Amino acid sequence: MRGAVLILGATSAIARGTAVALARRGHPLYLGGRDEAELARIAADLIIRYQIKVHWGTVDAGNYAAHGLFLEQAVETMGGLEGVVLAFGYLGDTVAARTEFEEVKKIMAINLIGAVSLLNECANYLENKRSGFIIGLSSVAGDRGRQSNYYYGAAKGGLSIFLQGLRNRLFVSRVQVLTVKLGFVDTGMTFGLPRLFWVALPYTVGERIIIALEQRQDRVYVPWFWRYIMFIICAIPEFLFKRLKL
Amino acid sequence: MTRSLSKTISGWGCYPTAKSILIRPELMRDVNIPKQGSLICRGQGRSYGDAAISSQGQVMLSERLNRFLAFDDSTGILTAEAGATLAEILETFVPRGWFPAVTPGTQYVSIGGAIAADVHGKNHHHAGTLGVHVTELELMLADGHRQRCSPEKNESLFWATLGGMGLTGIITEASFRLIPIETAAIMAEHNPASDLEVTFKWLEDTDYDDQYTVAWIDCASARRHFGRSIVMKGHHARRDELPDDWKDPFFVPPLCSKSIPFNFPSFVLNRFTMAVFNERYYRHQGRKKGSFITDYASFFYPLDALAHWNRLYGRRGFLQYQVAIPDPYAHEGIRRLLEHLINSRQGAFLAVLKRFGSANAGLLSFPVAGYTLALDLPMTGKKVLNLLQQLDELVIKYGGRVYLAKDACLSPESLRAMYPRLEEWQRIKQVVDPERRFQSDLSRRLQLAGTL
Repeated sequence: MRGAVLILGATSAIARGTAVALARRGHPLYLGGRDEAELARIAADLIIRYQIKVHWGTVDAGNYAAHGLFLEQAVETMGGLEGVVLAFGYLGDTVAARTEFEEVKKIMAINLIGAVSLLNECANYLENKRSGFIIGLSSVAGDRGRQSNYYYGAAKGGLSIFLQGLRNRLFVSRVQVLTVKLGFVDTGMTFGLPRLFWVALPYTVGERIIIALEQRQDRVYVPWFWRYIMFIICAIPEFLFKRLKL
Repeated sequence: MTRSLSKTISGWGCYPTAKSILIRPELMRDVNIPKQGSLICRGQGRSYGDAAISSQGQVMLSERLNRFLAFDDSTGILTAEAGATLAEILETFVPRGWFPAVTPGTQYVSIGGAIAADVHGKNHHHAGTLGVHVTELELMLADGHRQRCSPEKNESLFWATLGGMGLTGIITEASFRLIPIETAAIMAEHNPASDLEVTFKWLEDTDYDDQYTVAWIDCASARRHFGRSIVMKGHHARRDELPDDWKDPFFVPPLCSKSIPFNFPSFVLNRFTMAVFNERYYRHQGRKKGSFITDYASFFYPLDALAHWNRLYGRRGFLQYQVAIPDPYAHEGIRRLLEHLINSRQGAFLAVLKRFGSANAGLLSFPVAGYTLALDLPMTGKKVLNLLQQLDELVIKYGGRVYLAKDACLSPESLRAMYPRLEEWQRIKQVVDPERRFQSDLSRRLQLAGTL
């Protein structure tokens, strides 16, 4: 039987896409998120469609003190975990953040500190077990700061570096750490945004992520061509880049 | 946080179009009624006309609200969020030996949309509409609170919602019955009927009948062959009917891979090509003599095999015109309609005739005991609109009605002549949605809720 997987931020569209890819392969799932009612719905759906074991529990990225207990609960309920998918994120309002520091704090608290806090617990657990995987959903926004979303980008960039360090640390414990750098995905976060192109569907993205995991990759851009887009964007010298409206 | 997107959309017939403000909740908790302005829910956009577009208000896409919530394998009752599609239901439940009690001609419909249109299938004469297999609905009403209704509880709201075209509230959840099947295959039989009389005779002969029965009419043939058809029937094959080499009794055919990539130029479909198509189809299908085993998708959803098949009709789109003519005038009415169509020399690409069983209590539900005729007509502007107006008059004369889920050009006056229970429906609408929060281009065109 496949090992159980914990999904953090399970009510997001990409998390659902990833959950489906895991469920199709027969992994039991533990869903973590803030909204009990929605978690229950998603769990019911996965149980009916894929006939797997699914449990859920509430967790808030900002409530750091509760993270340890939450993981214990997940491990106990599922009888151990094989892996973790960190899927929550908060785009925030870049313009509001310039003047409202509360918004900045929220962006950092969810995307970076909350993520790091939960992954700390997961990393220690998996390191102890000496096996398993961690999938962290980061963003191409973290590859280079741009005026349109640099608060979010800074937090996701921090998360990418953190995952890199974690990968380095957990290598000896045979724990795989996969950093997923997401481009545009058709979710509530991007719906109706102007200037989107090549928007990927959440189920396609979920499947891609799990294939990258099976191929034991360290880093993957989803959709794949973002790797080349970001290569070009990162290659532009700063004295030119600062003049661009990106 | 719900963002909106302004986009020109249409129904499946590509006519009419409307610049609409789209919103798309990802989770049930994000579903709410706007404080101002109107709203209509859109599932898969498979209604043909203007039922799920709105040039003066929001259109809420339900495609992400598609969770299965409960399934009872002793009764076959499935509870799901209303955005779940028939295709998803088939994919999940056919391998477990269950099938929708009623299915329309495409699997790409949402359950919510199917209930709002109270769809029927090839088994209407035995099983009624999808609506009668619904055991419970949850609606979000105009004031934002959720209300459950069923044939036993809040029944007036329930019967106003079946066929109510999404205008009584947002269908958020539905519980409905699936039927057990022994195999996923269909035991089918095609028989060519030489003219309309023979077609009627076969459709009414109980010895001849099967679980699913429908006639495809060659409406390009006049005179001697007037009303000739292929009467197609079938039932879910029993285990002992399958040939020995049939590998998987619960085989789910893969979803379509072929697609029409762009709108065809409008000259592709004309009277000549239609006549050729009809002739060839008649010969081809008529050749399959005797009974044969086929997969359920080929039997129920032949057009689904080609994604975006509506683009065959070109940018101007097409009109699907479906009417029901009640007994005892059904024969005469259908005959007159077909004669009028053929005399108009406009031709229809596809015509389907089917016997309807009795009507249900749905106030705006389409089927009535008698016959239903469905026609696909290319949108050619005034010419075809005039023709349909003439057909409307005939339909009214024979006490019949036009199917709202396919309509794009009915007048408010004709609607009132066709749906005798409209006023009853309007009284319930007035109670649950006094400020007319739920509106579509269809509801405004037909002044469904009363004159505005």
